Amino acid sequence: MGRTLAEKVWDDHVVKRAEGEPDLLFIDLHLLHEVTSPQAFDGLRQNGRQVRRTDLTIATEDHNTPTLDIDKPVADPVSRTQLETLRKNCADFGVRLHPLGDVEQGVVHVVGPQLGLTQPGMTVVCGDSHTSTHGAFGALAFGIGTSQVEHVLATQTLTMAPFRTMAVTVNGELPDDVTAKDLILAIIAKIGTGGGQGYVIEYRGEAIEKLSVEARMTICNMSIEAGARAGMIAPDETTFAYVQGRDHAPKGADWDAAVEYWKTLRTDDDAVFDHEVVIEGADLAPFVTWGTNPGQGAPLSESVPDPATFEDDSARLSAEKALEYMGLTAGQALRDVAVDTVFVGSCTNGRIEDLRSAASVLEGRQVAEGLRMLVVPGSVRVSLQAVEEGLDKVFTAAGAEWRHAGCSMCLGMNPDQLQPGERAASTSNRNFEGRQGKGGRTHLVSPQVAAATAVLGHLASPADLSDVRQPAGV
Amino acid sequence: MEAFTTHTGRVVPLRRSNVDTDQIIPAHWLKKVTRDGFEDGLFEAWRKNADFVLNQSVYKGGTVLVAGEDFGTGSSREHAVWALQNYGFKVVISPRFADIFRGNSLKNGLLTVVLPPRTVDALWELAESDPSVEVTVDLVQRKVLAPGIEADFELDENARWRLLEGLDDISLTLKNEEAIADYEAKRSAFKPLTQQA
Repeated sequence: MGRTLAEKVWDDHVVKRAEGEPDLLFIDLHLLHEVTSPQAFDGLRQNGRQVRRTDLTIATEDHNTPTLDIDKPVADPVSRTQLETLRKNCADFGVRLHPLGDVEQGVVHVVGPQLGLTQPGMTVVCGDSHTSTHGAFGALAFGIGTSQVEHVLATQTLTMAPFRTMAVTVNGELPDDVTAKDLILAIIAKIGTGGGQGYVIEYRGEAIEKLSVEARMTICNMSIEAGARAGMIAPDETTFAYVQGRDHAPKGADWDAAVEYWKTLRTDDDAVFDHEVVIEGADLAPFVTWGTNPGQGAPLSESVPDPATFEDDSARLSAEKALEYMGLTAGQALRDVAVDTVFVGSCTNGRIEDLRSAASVLEGRQVAEGLRMLVVPGSVRVSLQAVEEGLDKVFTAAGAEWRHAGCSMCLGMNPDQLQPGERAASTSNRNFEGRQGKGGRTHLVSPQVAAATAVLGHLASPADLSDVRQPAGV
Repeated sequence: MEAFTTHTGRVVPLRRSNVDTDQIIPAHWLKKVTRDGFEDGLFEAWRKNADFVLNQSVYKGGTVLVAGEDFGTGSSREHAVWALQNYGFKVVISPRFADIFRGNSLKNGLLTVVLPPRTVDALWELAESDPSVEVTVDLVQRKVLAPGIEADFELDENARWRLLEGLDDISLTLKNEEAIADYEAKRSAFKPLTQQA
C-alpha cells in the first residue's frame, strides 16, 4: 500500500524503531525563542550536557520584544531578564542567535522560512505550537514543550507517538474575496478545535495548489487550532521557487539533488488516509470568529448564532459562556459588531503578502476615528521589504501605527495589549479569553477584513468599502 | 521525574470544555525562567470570580481536576503543566486532551486520564453532591475508582512504564547514541546547517 506525505517524511527520519516503543525521530531543525527555552538550558546545565547539534539550532527573540523604542533597554524587567537569559544561554552553548535589533530578528516562524532554513521533507520543531507553519513546505513540523526542547538540545531526536493521517481536500477555486485565513477559519469551524486531535493533516486539492507559499503557511499555521499534531502541504514548483536563492537553500549540485528528493514527497495514489474532509472552495466567503475558541466562527455575512440551537450540551454551554465574555447577543449581525482595535501581524498573517493585502485595502482611505490600528511586521526583513514598497507610508497615511517586528498583540506578552472590555479584529490565531490582554475580546479575521474593519469601525470586508476610497492624490 | 503509581485525593469539578492553556496560565506568567512559582497564575482570570470552583472552600486541597473535553488546547507552554502541579494537582481527567499538553504532562509526572463524557459527568455529580469524596487513580491497574464509579482507562504501555518508573527520557534516548550517530552519518548533504559546528 502507498504512503502519505506525512508517513514518507516520518519514515525518512526514524533513528530507531522497536516493538512497543515510540519511534525515535531525528530532528533537522530546532528553532528556539526566549519563552520556552530557559528551563531547558537549565536542565542541560544540571546534568552536565551540551547542545548536540549547534549547527541545526537557531534562536531569535520575538514573544517579549517591544515594538516601540527598540533602541532602548526593554522597560519590563521580567521580560528583559528573559531576553538576557536567552542571550547568555546561546553564548554559553554556542547557539546562533538573532536578538532584538538584528536584521534577521523576527517571529520565529517567519525567520526560519525567510532564511531558507525551512525546506521540504525536513523535521522541524520549536517550543511553540505554531511550528505547524513550516508544514507549508512539506516539512513535518511540531510544536513541543520545554522538556522536549531539552531533549532535542541534548540528543537532536524526539520520541514520538504514532499519528493518524487526515486529508482536507479543497476542491475548485476560492472566490476572489476569500483568502487563506478565511479558508482555515472555515476548516476549523467545520472539524472543531479537537477534530484534528492525534492527526497530521495534509491540505490538498486544486484550491490549495493554487495558493502561494505564504498563504499555505497561514493554513498550516492554524492546524494546531484544529487540534492537529501538524499540518502539511506537498511541495511543488511553487515551493521550490520560494526556497531557491535564499541564504540557506541548497546550491549547485546540492540543489538538483534536493529537488529530485523533494519531488518524491507526495502522497501515493493508493495511500489511504485515516480520515478525509472535503470542502468546495466556491462555497467559501470571508469568515470571522464570534466566540472564544477558533472553532466558533461564521461567514461575515451571517449573525451571531443562538446557543439554544446547538444540539450538543457542551457546545451550547461553551457558546453561552463565549457570548457572555464577548458581550455579543444572539442574532446580532456580525457586520454590526464595532471594534476599538485592529491588529495586523503574527506568525499567521505577518508576512509581506499579508501587509500588501491590508495596504491595498487601506490605500487612499482612513482608519475610523477613535480606532487604533497596529501593523506589526513578522520580521525585520518583512519590515524592510514593506518600507521598500512604500507600504509603511500607506499605513501611516491612513492613521495606522507602523511598529517594529515581533509577536506583539497576538499574545500580549509585550506592552501591546487590549484593555479590559476592548474589542479587536485581529489577524492572529487565537481568540481565547484574555489572549490579547486581560478582559480583551478578539475576533479572528484575514488581513483584508482587518483593513476594511479599520476603515468602517465595524467588522467588514473590502466589498463593503466601495464608496469610501479617496481619489488618488487627495 | 517523580514516579506515579497510584493516587487518592479529592475531586475539583471544572465544568468547562475547551479549557485552553491561556486560561490555565496566562501569557504574562511565561516570562519566568524557572519551573516553579506558577501556582498563583493557575486559572488567574477565572479565580477573580468568587464563585469559581477553586475559590470554593469545600474544594480546597483537591488534587484530581475533572474537566470537560479538549482540555489544554492552544499553546505548547509546559508552564500550564507546572502551574497545575505547583498548585497541587496530581491528576487531570477529561474526555479529550490536546496532544501537546498531554505529552508535556506525562513528561512531568502529571497523569492525564481520558474517560468517556458520561463518566466525567458522574464524577462531577459525585464531587458536587459530596465534595469530601475521594477518588483513586491507579496507574498500575489503569482504573479510576470512586463510590459507585469504576472506570478503566487507556494509556500506552511505554508511557505507563516511564511514569511508573519515573524515568528520565533524555537518559533513555542517550542509550541509543550509536543509532543517532549512524543516522547523522547518512543524512543528505543538501540539508541546511544554521552555522558551522
